[in-house]
Amino acid sequence: MSRRRVGLTGNEAVALAWKQIRPHVVAAYPITPATQIVERFSEYVAQGEVDTEFVAAESEHSALSACVGAAAAGARVLTATASQGLALMHEVLYIASGLRLPIVMNVANRALSAPINIHGDHSDTMGSRDAGWVQIYARSVQDAYDRTLLAVWVAERARLPVMVCLDGFTLTHSLEPLEVYPDEAVQTFLGEAPTDGYTLLGGEPITVGPLALPDSYMEFRRALAAAMERVPQVLEEGVRAFRAHFGQDLPSLVDARGTEDAEVALVVLGSYADAVEQAALRARVRGQRAGFVRVVTFRPFPTTPLREALGGVREVVVLERADTLSGLGGPLGVEVRAALYDLEVRPRFTDVIFGLGGRELRDEELDNLLRAGPPGGVVYLGVEGSRVLELA
Amino acid sequence: MSLNLRELSQRAQGLAPGHRACAGCGFPVVVRLLFAVARRPLVVVNATGCMEVVTTLYPYSAWPVPYLHNAFENAAATASGVEAAVRALQRRGRLSSPPKVVAIGGDGGTYDIGLQSLSGALERGHEFLYICYNNEAYMNTGIQRSSATPQGARTTTSPVGRVLRGKVQPRKDLTEIVAAHGIPYVAQASISHWADLGRKLQKALEVSGPSFVNVLTPCQPGWDYPPEQLVEVARRAVESRYWPLYEVEGGRYRVTYVPREPVPVRAFLEMQGRFRHLLGDEEAVEALQRWVDANWERLRAREAKDH
Ligand SMILES: Cc1ncc(C[n+]2csc(CCOP(=O)(O)OP(=O)(O)O)c2C)c(N)n1
Repeated sequence: MSRRRVGLTGNEAVALAWKQIRPHVVAAYPITPATQIVERFSEYVAQGEVDTEFVAAESEHSALSACVGAAAAGARVLTATASQGLALMHEVLYIASGLRLPIVMNVANRALSAPINIHGDHSDTMGSRDAGWVQIYARSVQDAYDRTLLAVWVAERARLPVMVCLDGFTLTHSLEPLEVYPDEAVQTFLGEAPTDGYTLLGGEPITVGPLALPDSYMEFRRALAAAMERVPQVLEEGVRAFRAHFGQDLPSLVDARGTEDAEVALVVLGSYADAVEQAALRARVRGQRAGFVRVVTFRPFPTTPLREALGGVREVVVLERADTLSGLGGPLGVEVRAALYDLEVRPRFTDVIFGLGGRELRDEELDNLLRAGPPGGVVYLGVEGSRVLELA
Repeated sequence: MSLNLRELSQRAQGLAPGHRACAGCGFPVVVRLLFAVARRPLVVVNATGCMEVVTTLYPYSAWPVPYLHNAFENAAATASGVEAAVRALQRRGRLSSPPKVVAIGGDGGTYDIGLQSLSGALERGHEFLYICYNNEAYMNTGIQRSSATPQGARTTTSPVGRVLRGKVQPRKDLTEIVAAHGIPYVAQASISHWADLGRKLQKALEVSGPSFVNVLTPCQPGWDYPPEQLVEVARRAVESRYWPLYEVEGGRYRVTYVPREPVPVRAFLEMQGRFRHLLGDEEAVEALQRWVDANWERLRAREAKDH
């Protein structure tokens, strides 16, 4: 298969993936830092390079509502948003998964108001972590491109909506080299959207979205949980098909390196994986046995592979860009701890919250943390305590 | 277009029996008439509200056509997605006989929380019909005021007290707001005038582009009239000119029914418990009458300009 090598930003790469997917319907609304996805895709539509129905909705709530309508009608559907836009979609997120609609959404991760801030962190997607969507976090521009293609395959087979998250600005606006697969290869990988016949346009008078009372509601919700439980297997098949089609290896749930003999393991989501992996390697050079775990798929939570990777590690440090504001630290930390609770020997645990609203995490900060030894508990890295006191 | 009741009743593929609408509820009339006049397959998108609740209690459904309920405020946006899917699948040769998409919402889901979604879908020009079944309050949640609730009406959030006597504000004129979008077809109708309603639904289904029909559908518990008086109460709304029947086709206004001898609005009010507190208040009734007359005159003047 002949690949093309180009330089694209994350948003451009996602828009290109969309064009190659050739969805029936895109319904979206612009918001920084996701805007260029929709802008670029609109150009493809305007130039006749793709024959998608593009619904330029009047809000994110309506954009996702239109996606629900289109997907229920049997269309292959894509959308994108970020931050306030994702928050505005919140109600409809649950409906999309409850109706088992394979919608794929790219989220350009961005902080939530207030104060308003357009830069990257994971507060937005963490706020919808229990909405019944598969959540996958990209590491690079290439990864965002690959996983957007993979997401369509997975969504249609798991019959669940999928979010592919890429960090605002660090990925959405960074120019990186990208290996582009041929359009036909993408088309054969995805094929026609598989359908179980339960669509509004299938010719049968089906009722979608009925009222379910206490005698049936819980079965629907349990079935949704069961669908989520099957996702690791679907993902596994998906990455195998992906490798076969494109010759590209993608870790499906977690990507763990050097954890076998590690005394300390660093756990991270998204584009900071590079910086954190480098910090672990520098620690090794200093003689500290450090390992690195990137959580690729956050929903469903990769409990088993995390336990395998972290089982023998004495010290676990989760580094994350969101907070639960519960006193328990960030959501990733809370869940990693829950996943490790049943281990015979539980590791010591530190939850590091960093990079909120786009604040940079510097290499020295990571090195200092490892040199000094993780302090345990919840730490806010890079925050000026005196200024916090003023604002409190 | 002439409609024959006997023929329609034979053609009517109704809502299946067993749905849970109250005795004396208005909206089933609209749905049955919609099915009777449709000459194409339909796909229905329904907003949360009484209609959705009484017709889709799992594992039953009263709908003889494909039906989708998404949420309360997004029927129009959802319908735009269904319509976009119809277009896309048709373009790629995967759909031979494209259905017409019909969105149906109550006044709460249309005048209030769904207004943005409606406006967006109208402006984008989707090929769909939006029907507002207007019972002038949020009935599903127990009769709260909406912006379609008329001035003076008692609801649970515009109660009659020592200081306030029912709803303070007059109702909003949604039909005019929709007409201002410049879409091909807009109409106001009532279940009491079935032939007029049927013709309007038929036109609205057949026009190309978005269309909108605002149908007055009385609610027995909400308005508080004897259940067997459903049609009569709606008829008096029209005969009193409280609810004018008209259409705006390609921007041209036409009043489709002019009451020969209009009845005073009091005749409409006095049938309903929601206005009982007003009836002794001559001034309030007169104020309502003046409001009705002024609206009617404005509508007739608007119509005259177009003819
Ligand atoms: C976002 C949201 N807010 C509130 C509700 C609660 N709710 C459900 S139906 C309804 C009122 C429906 O009123 P209307 O649209 O007039 O239809 P009706 O019930 O009168 O038929 C309300 C307030 C909801 N389901 N969703």
